[in-house]
Amino acid sequence: MPLELLEPNTSDPSKREGLWTLNFGPQHPATHTTLRLILQLDGEMVVDAEPDIGFLHSGFEKLGESLDYNQYVTIVDRMNYISPLANEIAWHHSVEALLDIELTPRCKYIRTIFAELMRIHDHLLCLGTCVLDLGGATAFMYAFNEREYIYEICERASGQRFHTSYTRVGGLLYDVTDDWIAMVRKFVRNFHKAYNDFSGLVMKNRIFIERTRDVGVLSYEDAIAGGATGPVARASGVERDLRIDEPYLAYDDFDFNICCSRSGDCYARFQVRMMEMLQSIKIIEQAIENLPSGPVFNEAYGKVVLPDKTEVYRSIEGLIHHFESIMPNRQADGPKDSLYAATESPNGELGYYLVSDGSFRAYRARTRPPSLLHFSLFPRMIRGCMLSDVVAVLGSINIIAAELDR
Amino acid sequence: MASEVNKQLGDNIFLTKLDAAASWARANSLWPMPFATACCGIELMSAAASRHDLSRFGSEVMRFSPRQCDLMIVAGRVVMKMLPVLQRIWLQMPEPKWCISMGACACSGGVFDTYAVVQGIDRFIPVDVYVPGCPPRPEQLIRSIIDLQEMIQAGGTFNAREFKRRDTPEGPDRFDEDELLRIRERNGLKLASPKYDPIH
Amino acid sequence: MSSPAKETLSVKLPNLVGYWSEFRGQWRVKIAVSSLLPVLRSLRNDAGFNQLTDLTCVDHLELAGATDRFELVYVLLNIESGERVIVKTFVNEPDLKVPSVTSIWFGADWLEREVYDMYGITFDGHPNFKRLLLPEGFASFPLRKDYPQQGRGERHNFPVITRAES
Repeated sequence: MPLELLEPNTSDPSKREGLWTLNFGPQHPATHTTLRLILQLDGEMVVDAEPDIGFLHSGFEKLGESLDYNQYVTIVDRMNYISPLANEIAWHHSVEALLDIELTPRCKYIRTIFAELMRIHDHLLCLGTCVLDLGGATAFMYAFNEREYIYEICERASGQRFHTSYTRVGGLLYDVTDDWIAMVRKFVRNFHKAYNDFSGLVMKNRIFIERTRDVGVLSYEDAIAGGATGPVARASGVERDLRIDEPYLAYDDFDFNICCSRSGDCYARFQVRMMEMLQSIKIIEQAIENLPSGPVFNEAYGKVVLPDKTEVYRSIEGLIHHFESIMPNRQADGPKDSLYAATESPNGELGYYLVSDGSFRAYRARTRPPSLLHFSLFPRMIRGCMLSDVVAVLGSINIIAAELDR
Repeated sequence: MASEVNKQLGDNIFLTKLDAAASWARANSLWPMPFATACCGIELMSAAASRHDLSRFGSEVMRFSPRQCDLMIVAGRVVMKMLPVLQRIWLQMPEPKWCISMGACACSGGVFDTYAVVQGIDRFIPVDVYVPGCPPRPEQLIRSIIDLQEMIQAGGTFNAREFKRRDTPEGPDRFDEDELLRIRERNGLKLASPKYDPIH
Repeated sequence: MSSPAKETLSVKLPNLVGYWSEFRGQWRVKIAVSSLLPVLRSLRNDAGFNQLTDLTCVDHLELAGATDRFELVYVLLNIESGERVIVKTFVNEPDLKVPSVTSIWFGADWLEREVYDMYGITFDGHPNFKRLLLPEGFASFPLRKDYPQQGRGERHNFPVITRAES
């Protein structure tokens, strides 16, 4: 067979006559939520893909302009809904950077533990559902076993298993209890066994390896110029992790590594996610054993930071403090300036660009969603792959529609 | 006569109404179509996964083609761009069919009182069971499916006569008065785009 | 204190009028739209800012003391050194036109389309310029401050399907 027949006829639009157009989504099991792709197929080969998004655009940023810094946390929860607490931590990290608030050590540690639990939470669902889409239902069940346990940990700390709304400006909703610590310890103890089961079932599975290796390759240059961050960029060899490069919370105190790969294919992305889970459990282990005592709210900042709930219910001073922090006409002032701050969310760099007009609410609360930039790279990854690879690539970049569309 | 039949056939037959038999069969073989758009979709997965195991209640066969399903579970908020898709999928499902609106956003818009989010899917498609919560726990979803099964068994008919009566919109009005007033005020009764003219 | 980006720019583009400021350790520069492309290209090629982290817009309609209507914000990142710099420029009605930076970082593609979708600012030289998130035919730009949060009734303008007719 002459070689030119084997190559997809992408370059010249006049050669596109024999192509099929296939609509993929917005309601399709492998889109997980709501994405739409318009694929150009040459037989079974994907020549081009045009994503169509916005099927879950709900006006988050407009809401962010009308709610104050503590209220908006309930909305950011719903952004990347497979790791809700990671969004809260990112949001309040940006707000605290803008207001220049230093957290108490205990609050930092608890937030770090939750951020890492959410990383495991996110990666488990990403891997589990992708394997489900590729035809193996068992891994999904294994993943959900561990996820349910993390839900319980969230529920014990905040009272809600899913959208916890647990962080506050300069603190947390409640302090954690001793049985919460025991639950986290138990989770850490049991995780390695579950991890080995999962890893043996998925990462050494020949079918899975053949469906993901050398599929959907993202080059190092494309990853950087296209704005890829997090596991997607690290799988392409970009050695950048905000936890190490711009340390926030208590990450400076712990010993852990950046997980990278060079091949940039789907399998590399899954491998990075698997390795990151082990690093996360290492961080949790160090943090829970060294959890400092003390308050979770930093009292030094006056009415910017809410008082402890027990104080509100038991003393008149606490009640007045609470009133002063909550009432819009008595709230603290913010600086009249703008700031960009980001954290390493499970999916990548989740940043907020905040503009403040001097009140206690954002004048503009822009989210920098990792999913948006990753999905815009999707056509580059999928060109030249097979139709059946679309599912594998979509699963490996872990697009969350609510974060994508906001 | 009856005693003669009894003598010959014993317990091998039993008599019932056709309506009851059909409803019994339908109630215990609900095939859900997960229209999962947002957070509730994850709780829907959770309900189907290892701990909560929806299959114990006779509706684990999730099918992603609307033509194979008779129960639509709308899990998550539905926005302007998605609503035509939702309506089309609902119309593609064969009769008899039911709809569960899962979560605050699907029921009423929830926390998202914004320009893009539909304030309750029941303004545009018929809904049988509402599940409150943001998102509802998997137990609540399981309860709603049991409730729907009871509803079907109690009121179902063989040729779906119970649906014929429901020929008026069942949800709240598309516009509440305040919203209409606000729109008129802001636009001075003149609307920018004829395509999205809300007065008509 | 000064930032390496500022020094590079002062060497490469000596005639540039830019207002530098620092807030909580973050360097920002305000420039005119006409010098946007040369500045960003110089930052990319000479100062090594190889990633466009974010591109967004702020509507200054209700901000006290603001003189310009729209502020475009480019958040740049140098992957090797981890340095960030924010470039800001201003546009006013009726001339809402900005040169596209997709030729410098192709990742700007969807970010620019999103800014158009939400604020109505057009980007010259963008390869595939249309709305990103909202449906085609949507008439307003929802993140502008004069657009109400509950919209103008677009969310309810759909046919109703009753049970009997479905």
